[in-house]
Amino acid sequence: MTTVTHWTGDAGTAKSETLFQRNMKLFASNRLSIFFLFITLGFVFMAVAAPLIAPHDPSDADLFRRLLPPAWMEGGDWSFPLGCDALGRDILSRIIYGSRVSIFIGATVILVATTIGVLAGLAAGYLRGWVDIVISRLVDILLGFPYLIFAIALIAMTGPGLQNIVLALAYKEWVIPCRVVRGETLATSGVEYVEAARAMGASRSDIMLREILPNILSPVLVVSTVRMAHVIILEASLSFLGLGVQPPMASWGSMVADGRSFMLQEWWLSTFPGLAILLLVLSINVVSQGLRDAFDPRFHD
Amino acid sequence: MNDAVLRIRDLKTCFDTRDGMVTAVDGVSLSLGRGECLGVVGESGSGKSVTFASVMGLVKKPGFIAKGSINFEGRELVGLDPKNYRKLRGKEIAMTMQDAQTALNPAYTVSNQIIEVLLAHDETLSGSRKAQRRQARQQALEMLQLVGIPSAETRLDDYPHQFSGGMRQRVMIAIALACKPKLLIADEPTTALDVTIQAQVLELIADIRDKLGMSVILITHDLGVVAEYCDNVVVMYAGQVVENGPTGAVIATPQHPYTQGLLRSIPRLSDLSRRIEPIKGTVPELIDLPDQCRFMDRCTRAQASCRDLIAMQDCGAGRQVRCIAPGLAGGSDV
Amino acid sequence: MSDLLAISGLVKHFDDRRGLLGRITGNPGALVQAVNGVDLGIGEGKTLGLIGESGCGKSTLGRAILRLHEPTAGQVLFDGTDVTALDASDLKAMRRRMQIIFQDPYASLNPRRTVGEIVAKPMRIHALATGSDLEDRVVDMLNRVGLNSGHLNRYPHQFSGGQRQRIGIARALIMKPKFVVCDEPVSALDVSIQAQIVELLDEMKQELGLTYLFISHDISVIGYVSDRIAVMYLGKIVEEGETREVLENPMHPYTRALLSSVPHLEKTAGKRDRTRLKGDLPSPINPPPGCKFNTRCPLATELCRQSEPELRHMQGTQSAACHLSLANAEG
Repeated sequence: MTTVTHWTGDAGTAKSETLFQRNMKLFASNRLSIFFLFITLGFVFMAVAAPLIAPHDPSDADLFRRLLPPAWMEGGDWSFPLGCDALGRDILSRIIYGSRVSIFIGATVILVATTIGVLAGLAAGYLRGWVDIVISRLVDILLGFPYLIFAIALIAMTGPGLQNIVLALAYKEWVIPCRVVRGETLATSGVEYVEAARAMGASRSDIMLREILPNILSPVLVVSTVRMAHVIILEASLSFLGLGVQPPMASWGSMVADGRSFMLQEWWLSTFPGLAILLLVLSINVVSQGLRDAFDPRFHD
Repeated sequence: MNDAVLRIRDLKTCFDTRDGMVTAVDGVSLSLGRGECLGVVGESGSGKSVTFASVMGLVKKPGFIAKGSINFEGRELVGLDPKNYRKLRGKEIAMTMQDAQTALNPAYTVSNQIIEVLLAHDETLSGSRKAQRRQARQQALEMLQLVGIPSAETRLDDYPHQFSGGMRQRVMIAIALACKPKLLIADEPTTALDVTIQAQVLELIADIRDKLGMSVILITHDLGVVAEYCDNVVVMYAGQVVENGPTGAVIATPQHPYTQGLLRSIPRLSDLSRRIEPIKGTVPELIDLPDQCRFMDRCTRAQASCRDLIAMQDCGAGRQVRCIAPGLAGGSDV
Repeated sequence: MSDLLAISGLVKHFDDRRGLLGRITGNPGALVQAVNGVDLGIGEGKTLGLIGESGCGKSTLGRAILRLHEPTAGQVLFDGTDVTALDASDLKAMRRRMQIIFQDPYASLNPRRTVGEIVAKPMRIHALATGSDLEDRVVDMLNRVGLNSGHLNRYPHQFSGGQRQRIGIARALIMKPKFVVCDEPVSALDVSIQAQIVELLDEMKQELGLTYLFISHDISVIGYVSDRIAVMYLGKIVEEGETREVLENPMHPYTRALLSSVPHLEKTAGKRDRTRLKGDLPSPINPPPGCKFNTRCPLATELCRQSEPELRHMQGTQSAACHLSLANAEG
């Protein structure tokens, strides 16, 4: 059977807007994504303004408040709305401060990884030859490494700490944008405007950075947001294993870990930080899905 | 023409887009006689493809048929329910697409695609499912032979990508012709093909038309193709028919300034020293067009009264033209 | 002959063969013989029309001349300089003098750049103008191709196909090159717009004293724009000569078939007579032995299947690569 083609009209748009603006408008018209975008931004605000909005010092321990239940439960206290942990520290304040760790690590790792990945992918896809062979083989090798186990080994060697966590997560994370960018670059470098630039005598870096890069940013944006959610989970996992940021600094992963032994009775210790992870990761994923729908022409009708 | 297979009256097809209402087809009327080959000429945005997508019931949201009638063999197609449309499509009216590469399903063999059409529509197949399939396969082979696929029996079970461009176009014609439709709509059947292959495919359509006695609508932008293969021609511009009539007469003495301009803008091998004269400007946007002559901005003979609503008018010998000052400026210099 | 451009023995093969690993994995790749020994000359201020069907190698030839594809072998003499031997910096300088106009007006302009940026880019690369001087030059070029300064800050997708082609022409011509490869510049355009672009290219040629290699599959357009015509089939030139002579008295059977396949306005419906070619273009991966055209030629003999004819002078300005026309001309 022949595939039936449907006509949906192809009116030339003469409006003065770039493709990017058009796609952003499309994104903005998706209410679900916008809702979750606001939640994501809320977390970012929380991280930035933590000292201003947190009701207590997150490391202020007081054994009299040990395992204080949430405010609405019997014995709760409204000045500690989500209750206190085993050392009597305010859980809400620790969640607010913990968002700093998650968002800082997520953003830094993605920034570092995307920068490396984009440059490596552009070089591999446009220069081809031995550059491509070296980068592509390195990517293949790194993809063969189990992410978390290698990160654990790396931190075991270098010791925990913000900087080492970022390195341990970024060492492999760049592979993902690199593969995306390499593929897009391969496809784009055969397009005639790239040939036109070569015919003018444009240098390779000019072609890569000014002709190709601006046209492949959309998939990079989509991939980076999805991966950011992933990195946040990885960071939480490392912290859960005690390899993340060290006490007394609060992080959601270590809060979940600390509350483990109290799960049956004092459930609030692990549940609230767990919900925070869930909500942030979910929000970022929904935003990313919205971006993909808006930017991927295959979804345009 | 009393014995019309297809008669379109005042068809209007619109698309409700983000940028406004696009009237892609605006008041198109035409009729096609039995066994006739009608050429539909127009540039992109002329509405030629959308007109026949409307006939095939393939206009989908945000597009819709705003008014008019499409009469096929005495049946009204505007408003026909999807079920009856499916019965009609492929069986009585078939359409081939410009791009055979994307119009064929890459996941199925050529024979499978023809057999599917036959099993869906052909009531002469009888017996068990298996027996029907066998008969359909035999017919598929005959169709592939008819369209001139060399050693067709060995190619039945090939996939579309294993065929060259010209051969794929033939396969698509074979699928379109599988149920011996009364009407074949060929949308730019040769645009993607080289001239030597184009000649083969057009000859093929002409031969099969003679053999099966079907009517053919050839949608094209190439006036040369129309001149050689079509009995009558309809010239479309910006969603409207601007001129129609017997091919020879229209090409020899075009009446509408657009037709005249088109003919003057084509270089001719028969007269290399003849200078071409381009039509100035570009096709208008189809959004919120006023009720005036659509060509007037590009027309050298435009006058104040061109701002009025211009209707088609008879100009003798079965010809019609949408112009208040037709035929001036001597037409083409053939 | 003092040609501006003289090509000799130009070969471009795309070698994608993968050796042992490819044989093991069942994907051995292929050697595509896209251009297979082409000799051509283009006189200064002239237009050479290069015609052939898709896959014959005509676009590859145009790009190999400009070294957008590195030629596998052969020489391209431009104004006495061998382009194929230039190092990177000399090649960059040479690019000011040799330019290209592309077929697809949608793919040939970077969608993220404004018209002003696109047209100014060549001048920036070669540091030929800056500031208001650059803007004046860009606006002047836009005016010449029928656009105006109001278009400077618009993006390509806001233009129609014909206008986009004008932008591509402005970009190619702003450095005032001497030689331009026009690679199917009107094939993607509507009929009424094709004529506008053909006329524009002709005007530019007169104004700037350009020399064109005009590549097209449309023999009517080629006939209209060219001083000489070269017919290409499967990587080789099969016939070459002055336009009028080639079109009025084609010597190669392929040229004849091409000409008779073109639908004519003058012949109206009725019985059609023409040399019909059977079959398709053979694959350039595995071209037939002997004359490359023998698989489709209505006149092919045993000789054609065994030995490949060379391009030889036939009559007047015409050369052709055919055993049979050769026999006719001598007999």
